[in-house]
Amino acid sequence: MLVLVGVAVVVAGFALRRNPLLVVGAAGIVTGLLGGLSPREVLAAFGTGFANSRAVTVFAITLPVIGLLERYGLQEQARVLVTRFAGLTAGRFLALYLLLRQATAALGLNGVLGHAQTVRPLAAPMAEGAAERRHGPLTGRAREKVRSFAASADNVGLFFGEDVFLAVGSILLITGFVNTTYHTHLEPLDLALWAVPTALCALAVHGWRLLRLDRALARDLAQERTAAVAGGVAKDGAVR
Amino acid sequence: MIKAEWFFWLVGGVFLVMAGQMLTDRTNPRRFGTAAFWGLLGLGFVYGTWVADKSAPPEPLGAAVLVMIGLAGFGFTGRGGARVATDEQRAAGAARFGGRLFVPALTIPAVALICAVGVKRLSVGGEPVLQKGSETVLGLGIGSLVALVLGMVMLRERSLATPLHAGRSMLESMGWAMLLPQLLATLGAIFSVAGVGEQVRRVTTAVLPGGSAFAAVVVYCVGMFLFTVVMGNGFAAFPVMTAAVGWPVLVEQFHGNAAAVLAVGMLAGFCGTLVTPMAANYNLVPAALLELKDQYGPIKAQIPTALILLACNIAIMSGFAV
Repeated sequence: MLVLVGVAVVVAGFALRRNPLLVVGAAGIVTGLLGGLSPREVLAAFGTGFANSRAVTVFAITLPVIGLLERYGLQEQARVLVTRFAGLTAGRFLALYLLLRQATAALGLNGVLGHAQTVRPLAAPMAEGAAERRHGPLTGRAREKVRSFAASADNVGLFFGEDVFLAVGSILLITGFVNTTYHTHLEPLDLALWAVPTALCALAVHGWRLLRLDRALARDLAQERTAAVAGGVAKDGAVR
Repeated sequence: MIKAEWFFWLVGGVFLVMAGQMLTDRTNPRRFGTAAFWGLLGLGFVYGTWVADKSAPPEPLGAAVLVMIGLAGFGFTGRGGARVATDEQRAAGAARFGGRLFVPALTIPAVALICAVGVKRLSVGGEPVLQKGSETVLGLGIGSLVALVLGMVMLRERSLATPLHAGRSMLESMGWAMLLPQLLATLGAIFSVAGVGEQVRRVTTAVLPGGSAFAAVVVYCVGMFLFTVVMGNGFAAFPVMTAAVGWPVLVEQFHGNAAAVLAVGMLAGFCGTLVTPMAANYNLVPAALLELKDQYGPIKAQIPTALILLACNIAIMSGFAV
């Protein structure tokens, strides 16, 4: 039971809002030592883990060119472009992005779209441009909401699209684990087919929530404007 | 053959150059700590090549990782004043270059697509052009380089320092969140060596009411969800929960359809990824990239979807699989 202290460290660190790096580092050291690893083996585990997971961080290579293009107005141009399509609201645009992300991931093209290469430079400014055309200038909160939903469209599309593809990491993890542990034979194709119902649910649920985003934005902005007007009157009254 | 390691060296080299820029950036109040963090990250990327093929001892890299944790975790890193273009400069650029700005931007996904679909099958002299299994990483890397060259020629930008500065300021704003996903992979490995999975299995079996297939489905799916929230990814949760409930109870005891149980179980874990700050690369890094004031903005946007989909997964599994 002692090794479960590591899980407790993560949960407690979460609850106390400590820096996640420190929490995860501490949980790793504690679990390793309680689980019978020598300090040297714990160090080795950190080194090997870092070396074998470098691919997660490779997206950083896209940032210089994205930053360069943004200096020359890429985001502004993305905003201009989207206003040319009448009827394309922020919600409808992001629902389309969700569909595109899910469809490409289902074909095994996980790295084609993503937060660094497409959400920041293109999808988020386009959604903002569409929202501004419909609702006028956005307040800080409304802008945050549009951007957060742009990030969410990318995540939901990726997570619930990729498992429909046969050769993706999670499918290979399932077959690898089960076939070696239980000496059975699962076909990747069966697993991929069983990912389809959830994929359709994800498209329906998150697509519907994205389409509702336009209404939520209109309501938020109307509330904030009323609040601003009311605040103005009160201030006015106080002066007299 | 183009190897994935070459791109890890390139990324490491870029981090090292940026660390050099950070060291001399007097607008950053914590420039030494920041430069040390990114410098160690860059060195780790290069040294990692020999750790991955087991020709170098992993302990020095482990020590470097712990130093990085300390630097970022105790607040020794910071960010410099970003040298951003003014609104007028960007508007002028947009007016001057217009739609041509999209060409380099779309080059990245286009090249990634070509590498993943076409170049993947090419081989020269019996050797594949791109290292097998790393086509996505390589496509992203090659696409970024092609886009950078194209962008610099098109914009008549002569100095490589301009894109490096622009990229660096985005990296500084992400800070420690960059390292977390790699650290979680390590934690997952330590957990499995230390036998955490076996203990979780005992606890789950103890709380599981016998005889009800639906209760077992709920425990499996909610267990995947919760363990993913703690670990930051479903891959670490899957072996634990499957050994505890998925296989012995749902497949063997209730004769569930193995493929359906396991595929849907993994997707229940992905619902957890949508709501946890531990999944920094999906939730916190995008918040930094999009310059959100609330770093939990994406998570808040995803919570309702995640909970509805968790319920969908439970319904699908109990309806069709068991």
